[in-house]
Amino acid sequence: MEFLGLFNYWVVIFLMMVGFYALISRGNLVKKVVGLNLFQTSVIIFYVSTGKIVGGTAPILIGDDHGVAEGAAEVLYSNPLPHVLMLTAIVVGVATMAMALALVVRIKETYGTVEDDEIQAQVLADEQREGARP
Amino acid sequence: MIAAHLPAIQVLGPLLAAALCVLVPWKRVSWGIAMAGAVTAFGAAVGLLSRVLGGEDIRYALGGWAAPWGIEYRVDAVNGLVLLIVAGIGVVVTLFALTSVEREVDERRIPLFYGAWMLCLCGLLGIAITGDAFNIFVFLEISSLGTYALIAMGSDRRALVSAFRYLIMGSIGASFIVIGIGLLYVETGTLNLADLAERLPALYGERTVLVAFAFLTVGTSLKLALFPLHVWLPDAYAFAPSAVTGLIAATSTKVAVYVLLRFFFTVFGVTYSFGELSLGMWLLPLALVAIFTMSLVAIFQRNIKRMLAYSSVAQIGYIILGISFASVTGLTAATLHLFNHALMKGALFLALGCVMYRVGSVHIDALRGLGRRMPWTMAAFTAGGLSLIGVPLTVGFVSKWYLVLGALEQGMWPVAALVLVTSTLAVVYIWRVVEAVYFGEPSARADSVSEAPLRLLVPTWALIAANLYFGIDASLTTNVAGQAARALLGGAP
Repeated sequence: MEFLGLFNYWVVIFLMMVGFYALISRGNLVKKVVGLNLFQTSVIIFYVSTGKIVGGTAPILIGDDHGVAEGAAEVLYSNPLPHVLMLTAIVVGVATMAMALALVVRIKETYGTVEDDEIQAQVLADEQREGARP
Repeated sequence: MIAAHLPAIQVLGPLLAAALCVLVPWKRVSWGIAMAGAVTAFGAAVGLLSRVLGGEDIRYALGGWAAPWGIEYRVDAVNGLVLLIVAGIGVVVTLFALTSVEREVDERRIPLFYGAWMLCLCGLLGIAITGDAFNIFVFLEISSLGTYALIAMGSDRRALVSAFRYLIMGSIGASFIVIGIGLLYVETGTLNLADLAERLPALYGERTVLVAFAFLTVGTSLKLALFPLHVWLPDAYAFAPSAVTGLIAATSTKVAVYVLLRFFFTVFGVTYSFGELSLGMWLLPLALVAIFTMSLVAIFQRNIKRMLAYSSVAQIGYIILGISFASVTGLTAATLHLFNHALMKGALFLALGCVMYRVGSVHIDALRGLGRRMPWTMAAFTAGGLSLIGVPLTVGFVSKWYLVLGALEQGMWPVAALVLVTSTLAVVYIWRVVEAVYFGEPSARADSVSEAPLRLLVPTWALIAANLYFGIDASLTTNVAGQAARALLGGAP
């Protein structure tokens, strides 16, 4: 049961490692960006999981205009703060993705490829021409 | 009335300027707006620091929401000094940018450039001023996104690749920081740094806190380019436009060091990070390896911007070395070097910006014989180099002095000796440039150049003057740094 109870966190770790692995092992810049996005998404799932309580409801006051309703004290609320934080993190993630993809487009235009090793070969050629490295 | 809202103005000035810069189609006007934003931020930073030195602990509830619910801005001696560094360098480098950027950046992109420029400044100031852990992450990403865009605008095509690599590394670092902050929130139920500092001592034994500590340390170390995590830095500095290199070399790693200080000393507390986890034993060897290997690598660089970038990683090693002592003298040295290194690297990169403007290259062969053609620029470079080495009457000497004192205080005389030995490595790489500049035969291209325009020389020499002034009369900086060190070791901000 312990394993199932922590299911969300296992998913987080799995996604994080998949993203991280893609980031390190893939030579294609677009695939690297996808890996980075997976990595960031796992963090979002982590935060959202921490705020959720089994049987918890949205944190909206139960009752009418005149006050709190009968038995409202027993209502279980989920913590809204991690969810709200993740709205910000999602926006940041989208901005990072857009920035990264824009750079990949510029790299493709300039170098004619999005493969890391081919770009590296051209970079080294640049350096040799300039004599930047002994 | 205005004085009460200085903490908000500190961040909002550059943020509003960023939005306005992008809206106007004229490059000069957008520069004017950026300059106004930078000056506003500088004024606010001076006001805040003078109030802090007057003994006030500034707490500002943003938007009128009280601390545990809303975001709180707190200023003490530590971040007061960091704000002053960032805003001060911001003004000088923005002044420099007007002429330099017109030469190095595509004309149509200049308003966008200043937009990203102001976002970067806004993010850096925000990280320094905020008292909320998640807010640190948000500002960190604002400044980083601005920086990636700025680096990518470099005229060399390698700028794109280095910006992309920095983006990947920087985003991993930022994600690590968010994970750390999330784990802390799970344990304590608060994001306010002061509240975290109060609640964490009861939880020192928890593994979650340990994991949070590890994630925050690695994430921040990536951002500040601590030795094995520095690989993004040299290329990013080398291929960014000159003004951008000046800005980020002088400010962004310093702000990351500040975040590290804040988490190690204020949030987790010195008893946890340096007592229980004996972090000093981990930081000390890393710092020494950084100083030694990076200074050596710098000697063999032929692109002078890249040489100074490697030297930056070594200089960050000195700062981390001071932190690893976890004593008042050690932290004073670290804080002083934070300030002093911003001045010297800012000056050196601006001097190279002048060379870039006239010669179009910062390769060592292109610099040959420039001493006679551009005497003021090269005198500035030499003075900055002397400061980097740590010659008396410059700021470099003051911070090295405190660093050696801190090492001797711990009884680590081999470390003190190493600090002195590694300074000679700095002599070697600075001398290579000085030799080429003053004793080399000018190339055909270098022979026809003239001195850099006054609009570039004035900001460069302003920073050199600061290097000399604070090197001769160090009472102000040592006073603030000492107060900052005691505030850090004293626990809650």
